[in-house]
Amino acid sequence: MSAPKLVEELDGVVIRIAGDSGDGMQVTGDRFTHSTAVFGNDLITLPDYPAEIRAPAGTPSGVSSFQIHFSDHPVRTPGDAPNVLVAMNPAALKVSLSELPRGATILVNSDAFDARGLERAGYPANPLTDGSLAAYRVYEIPMTSMTLEAVKEVDIAKKDAGRAKNMFALGLLSWMYHRPTESVTTWIRARFGKRPEIVQANLAALAAGYNFGETADLFASSYIVRPAHFSPGTYTTVTGNTAVAWGLMAAAERAGMALFLGSYPITPASEILHELAARKSLGVLTFQAEDEIAGIGSAVGASYGGMLGATSTSGPGLDLKTETIGLAIMLELPLVIVDVQRGGPSTGLPTKTEQSDLLQALYGRHGEAPLPVLAALSPSQSFDATIEACRIALAYRTPVILLSDAYLANGSEPWRIPRLADLPDLRRAGATQPNHDGQFWPYVRDPKTLVCEWAKPGTPALEHRIGGLEKADGSGAISYDPANHEKMVRLRAAKVAGIANDIPDAELFGDEDAEVLVLGWGSTFGAARAAAQRIGARGQKIAHVQLMYLNPLPRNLGGILARFPKILVPELNLGHLATLIRSTYLRDVTTYGKIQGKPFKASEIEARIMEMLP
Amino acid sequence: MSASADPAAAITVPALTRKDFTGEQEVRWCPGCGDFAILAAVQSVFAELGIPREKFVIVSGIGCSSRLPYYMSTYGLHGIHGRAVAIASGLAMSREDLSVWVVTGDGDALSIGGNHLIHALRRNVEIKILMFNNEIYGLTKGQASPTSERGKITKSTPHGSLDPSFNPISVALGTEATFVARTLAPDREALTEILRRAANHRGSAFVEIYQNCTIFNDGAFDSLTSPEGRLANQIRLEHGKPIRFGRNKEKGVVVTPDAAVEIVDVAEVGEENLLIHDEHAAKPNLAFSLSRLAGGPNQPTPLGIFWDVERPSYGEMMRAQIEAVRARGGPADLESLWVSGDTWTVE
Repeated sequence: MSAPKLVEELDGVVIRIAGDSGDGMQVTGDRFTHSTAVFGNDLITLPDYPAEIRAPAGTPSGVSSFQIHFSDHPVRTPGDAPNVLVAMNPAALKVSLSELPRGATILVNSDAFDARGLERAGYPANPLTDGSLAAYRVYEIPMTSMTLEAVKEVDIAKKDAGRAKNMFALGLLSWMYHRPTESVTTWIRARFGKRPEIVQANLAALAAGYNFGETADLFASSYIVRPAHFSPGTYTTVTGNTAVAWGLMAAAERAGMALFLGSYPITPASEILHELAARKSLGVLTFQAEDEIAGIGSAVGASYGGMLGATSTSGPGLDLKTETIGLAIMLELPLVIVDVQRGGPSTGLPTKTEQSDLLQALYGRHGEAPLPVLAALSPSQSFDATIEACRIALAYRTPVILLSDAYLANGSEPWRIPRLADLPDLRRAGATQPNHDGQFWPYVRDPKTLVCEWAKPGTPALEHRIGGLEKADGSGAISYDPANHEKMVRLRAAKVAGIANDIPDAELFGDEDAEVLVLGWGSTFGAARAAAQRIGARGQKIAHVQLMYLNPLPRNLGGILARFPKILVPELNLGHLATLIRSTYLRDVTTYGKIQGKPFKASEIEARIMEMLP
Repeated sequence: MSASADPAAAITVPALTRKDFTGEQEVRWCPGCGDFAILAAVQSVFAELGIPREKFVIVSGIGCSSRLPYYMSTYGLHGIHGRAVAIASGLAMSREDLSVWVVTGDGDALSIGGNHLIHALRRNVEIKILMFNNEIYGLTKGQASPTSERGKITKSTPHGSLDPSFNPISVALGTEATFVARTLAPDREALTEILRRAANHRGSAFVEIYQNCTIFNDGAFDSLTSPEGRLANQIRLEHGKPIRFGRNKEKGVVVTPDAAVEIVDVAEVGEENLLIHDEHAAKPNLAFSLSRLAGGPNQPTPLGIFWDVERPSYGEMMRAQIEAVRARGGPADLESLWVSGDTWTVE
């Protein structure tokens, strides 16, 4: 037996697990995330995988990775750089190495560093022996052969046995960071229950990895990251896509309506459809349509019928839905369009993140067609953002675009499970009586909010016709009258603009007398806030505002902007919000654009702010 | 009728008339347009179905035909080009209590909306699709449509269209639509009967209605509607009867060895060898062959119900699936779903 090992305490760690896209890296990351969440750390994750289902094995383009940042204090980003890299093959090492700080720990599956593996990764020489990793703490572990050894008693093909090596890695990490493995074993049994030999192999590999850490002399110590402080409640982890799906269900429940999702599969939004399609026991209606247009078309039909109509998509799908969004604006029907942004244009980077649909969401329709636009701020905040999008859609009878992105969609973090009863009441009564001389006029408006009355089909005596042609104010009859058209255009625009009176003010974080205001929107929240906090912690003045409401903008935003000499707008595009701010407030700002398919690191924004500080 | 304790049974739908379905907006089709006759027939049939007026919804796309909802007194939604079927699908799936109708044209349904049409039909969504076919784009002032004959000279095809025309009945049967029929706008009796049958059909009904555009394609169906043409060219499909037509019923239809159908002289082949029309045939093969009999209305053309079979509608299947999943268990409410994964509690 080796000597008892030391336990070192850390306040936070960033681990990246990387391997071939067939190596089960996402599953490994997910399981580590669950045990870490249950252990009580705060965390955020960043899955990153190729667009191809099976990209060429062993090559850099086929690398799939999963990064997790967990800590004993609040976590805002998946981490600027990994402290620990688990590289299951040479390609995984090659892809990640440039992001590793000197001194980082690298655990490699040394079995994969054979001539073939090195060649596929494009390594002319073995990095484990040529001295190129001298700046790192490298542990060479023959994970494949140790996994095979561990499962040799199990009656299983060698190929299947080798596939359990991800569980070996997970076992080793679990030992190294004192993660409980019970939830992993429960998951293995549930996941592979129908194939006992696979269950046995995975359990054996998991245990072998854990025991290897404990007994091998290789590791002098293990690490503990204490639980973070959370407000009381019951928690689970959610990805952004799950949070959106659950938000839609919760909103429908609180509105007293059935939820109807009409959708078409598209990366990275499909999981919203998947999650809702699996919720039939809760009465959710999902419809996998023949195309993006039918996805939103069916949602418009369901919304007209009194359901909470929603559609989920990504950029190329939003393009296709555009005409129908215009129809919903014209009809004044509630509808929630979730756009999980990805790298564009065209097919672009289907699995990578970007924030380049903002201007399309705001302006991408013919005619005068404004609609409310919201952007989710984090994976778990996607739940609240979705409920707010539904609230606005139902209260103002308008389509609403909710912007998420690949980073939020796939990333996960702890989420405090709310009580349904604590969520806003979204019920809104439909008309039951004629509102004009014994008839029902569909465009009679509340004088304050400009919201029209609505009567759903099936309601006796309120039969009426609506359509995409311009309609007479009040009656809704077809009207080509010039003055009426201008009036209706202005009414529809004023209704959306007036929502500003019904949304909270923007919150200013930091110092009101700072030289620089960082103004972000949506998913850059974590990186921008972390950057501001770091600068603030050093005693320098800095301010930060993160926008969830992009249209209408919060009423106090203009006043906030006026207070700061310099404004930095970090966004994952060439300057969409910057354009909006300039045109709305005649206020110049500095754009910090990043268009690499990856979220900002806090350090990147921090460095950019530092350049602007006096 | 026997007395019932069920209070709902005491509520009878008041008798409705065509006037109850007449809308208030001025009808703005061109004088002599074939659409007037269809509108009148739809209003009459709706009045006799025993369905309360508020339960009807007519969804349309874009084109002359698609103005129809405005001329009715039911719920109506005039949508965008080609998308009526998609919109109506979402409505019909989620509201089984409604009678959802789509009014569309040859351009709306077969060109820009072709994808939605074929998928709704294969799914058997509970919608009744009335496709007004005038073989031309009317509202955009006369361009070739997908049902225009090849070689058609129009403003957009000044040297003749190159496109072979779509056969809407063949398209619908290719999707295995469960109710497929063709009729003529001026034939009020046949039109009314087919609308009635479509209304009572379970799932999707596809009805092609030949309809004359007096401005841009006048006379397109004369060979079927002129006194002479009616007798010579209308092949009336009647369930359970041999398929015969002609002034003296001297022509008939037989199945050929290559599984197609062809027109023959009854005197030559004998009545006993004629094809007996079976609307409810298990497979759509013969109905498809019948749809191929005429390349367009200028030849003897089958009219009537090609195929009418029973299959559960999409909405029914959706609801059955929800019930089946509920019966198997699974989270009964949202809060139990949320705690069904890994959770932890902070005191």
